[in-house]
Amino acid sequence: MTFNRIGLVAAFLSTTAFAVPAMAQSVLRIGLQQEPTVLDPTTDATASIDGMLAQNVFESLTTVDESGAVQPQLAESWEISEDGLSYTFTLVENAQFHDGTSFDAEDVKFTFDRAMADDSTNPSKSIWEPIESVTVIDPRTVEVKLSRKDAFLLFNLAQGDASIVASESVDDAATKPVGTGPFRFDGWTRGDRLTLAKFGEHRDAADVAIDKVEFRFISDPAAATAALMAEELDAFPGFPAPELLDQFEADPRFNVVVGSTEGEVILALNNSRAPFDTLEARQAVSHALDRSEIIDGAMYGRAVPIGSFYPPHGPAYLDLTGMYPHDTEKAKEIFEQAGVAGDEIVLRVPPFPYATRSGEIVQAQMAEAGVTVKLENVEWGFWIDEVYKKKNYDMTIIAHTSPNDLGNFARGPDYFYGYQSDDFDALWDGIKTEADMTKREEMLKEAQTYIAENAVHAFLFQLPKLGVYRDGVEGFWAASPVLFQPLAGVTID
Amino acid sequence: MRRRQVNLWLGAALVGLMTAVALVSLFWTPYDVTQLTISRKFEPPSPTNWLGTDQLGRDVVSLLMAASVNSLTVAFVAVGIGGSIGTALGLAASAWGGWVETLVMRLADLGFAFPALLFAIMLAAAFGPSLGNAILAIAFINIPIFARVARGAANQVWTRDFVLAGQVAGLGRLRLTVDHILPNIAAPIIVQATIEFAVAILAEAALSYLGLGAQPPLPSWGRMLAEAQTLMYLAPELAIYPGLCIIAAVLGFGLLGDGLRDVTDPRLTRARA
Repeated sequence: MTFNRIGLVAAFLSTTAFAVPAMAQSVLRIGLQQEPTVLDPTTDATASIDGMLAQNVFESLTTVDESGAVQPQLAESWEISEDGLSYTFTLVENAQFHDGTSFDAEDVKFTFDRAMADDSTNPSKSIWEPIESVTVIDPRTVEVKLSRKDAFLLFNLAQGDASIVASESVDDAATKPVGTGPFRFDGWTRGDRLTLAKFGEHRDAADVAIDKVEFRFISDPAAATAALMAEELDAFPGFPAPELLDQFEADPRFNVVVGSTEGEVILALNNSRAPFDTLEARQAVSHALDRSEIIDGAMYGRAVPIGSFYPPHGPAYLDLTGMYPHDTEKAKEIFEQAGVAGDEIVLRVPPFPYATRSGEIVQAQMAEAGVTVKLENVEWGFWIDEVYKKKNYDMTIIAHTSPNDLGNFARGPDYFYGYQSDDFDALWDGIKTEADMTKREEMLKEAQTYIAENAVHAFLFQLPKLGVYRDGVEGFWAASPVLFQPLAGVTID
Repeated sequence: MRRRQVNLWLGAALVGLMTAVALVSLFWTPYDVTQLTISRKFEPPSPTNWLGTDQLGRDVVSLLMAASVNSLTVAFVAVGIGGSIGTALGLAASAWGGWVETLVMRLADLGFAFPALLFAIMLAAAFGPSLGNAILAIAFINIPIFARVARGAANQVWTRDFVLAGQVAGLGRLRLTVDHILPNIAAPIIVQATIEFAVAILAEAALSYLGLGAQPPLPSWGRMLAEAQTLMYLAPELAIYPGLCIIAAVLGFGLLGDGLRDVTDPRLTRARA
């Protein structure tokens, strides 16, 4: 489970002032809106760790391309047994870690065993749940045995949570990440920047055009805008201020690319306590909201509405936005019947522009339906603690950026939704193990309908990926099918 | 002399105007400020919306009017609480002297040394951001200021003949303080309070700008500024209007305070006579 804090700023600076012109290093300066507290993607759920390091400093057995299709990475090929319960990976020959230690099958086993251990702090334990055992056949071959079929395994193994680490260096990964990727970790000045340098010994080093990457941490949208305008930054793959895109589009120095992310932005309702433990109250919230007004006001029209918990660009998408038409009177009536009308409902909003802006509009729309909403803009740490861990909230607004996360609804009553349904759990079990694509898509549609009919949350819009790039920067993904953004293919003029 | 009078009247006019607008907005604003009409965002000034509409289609004039209530309320309540406690402490220090005075004044030093913003952030971290906590923080920074002013002024009054006469007549310290000292230090306290109103309005705007003060949908000049920040390229006037309001309010109370000080300053009064 990972939450998005939107924003990767990319930028490059040709340091021509003092450099010898012919030998000028190409530096790509990428910034993030939010800085992580540690750098180990296998122990922390912060999205920006994956955004910076996954498939750049670290590599996984597989990777995912811009279309979301699985591609080989540290495993150059694999075979799947007839029954789908055994995967045999053949590893690449010439990979090595940045500290000089070699990469082989033992590292894969170490990584998997560490993530699967009982005391593991891996943020996506569900990836490992179907895995029964990992066996080293020879230094270049690993066999992974499953206890049940898992249709998502190869995709999941590409994620930052499944980054391959070495036993020699993993203890310091929180501050000194060591992987096998095309860039090695160079330095981290907290509160300012994180730098990567090209790893010359990487097997594909010849294809990497960038010598150095600088991630700049700029949390404030206005400051990020100023940095772009001053050409201190060349790109901002997750630009947080949609109202300014028109201006960048009109400026010949910049290219604006609007893509999609896996982030479903929801008005999450706490199903475990009153008033949203009843279906009627939850449905009334959906009736009270006017998505087009929220998208217009909070995102300046740059987002696609959703009616359930599945991205509109996905293959199994079902348009359910019409299930609860905007009807203030109806919402008011239900709220009054359910006795919600007089209550004060707390909406705790994390500090991301999409959330704070939507929050104010949700508050106004709920007021029209006769419900007083108290809006609290809270810090990210407070949100993680009080809302996510302690479930101390009535409503919140958050983007769920992990791919294939419809399974969140099967995470049981302890997850912050406070939702549990045997029917849905059974449905999700079926989806997880169904290998036939057509059948799986049918079941995914069924699951979307189920979630929408039960109005577990109110579903707002799909978080767009708003990228602003300086003219001459090429190779950034327009869409974000995963949390990471490979930089090996990025070029600058 | 004439220029000082100008200060006083200009300050009084600005403060009077602001108070009048705030009072009017309690009963009437051109539009409801909680009503969002997003399809009408960023409208230019027109006969129906004198200063246009903001990013959520709200009428800017109505927002500015309603926000003035917020600023004035915070200033009056915060300075009222801080001023009362501070003045009481200062009077006590002056009346009883000795360890009471030492304790109060050292505590005041401590209060001065404590950054107000840090205190506001601490309160927000502990109890969540709210207007009430912003008021508490601003009140807190006012306590040592008023304690010092009150003690200094009271110490002078204690040496006056009529107070000595009262003491000889057997009046207690509490009685003397309430009946004779307090009325005689009222002028510097009122002057100080007027100046502190200006500081409090600025502090409220700063805290709301940082998200630690007024919470949506309560209109606030500081929050309007914060929200207009990324709109600077698109609609700079949305930042300029609340900015001008803050300037006018701070200037108004500042000038009024200065003017009042000049009028009540005994040396100047004597010179004028």
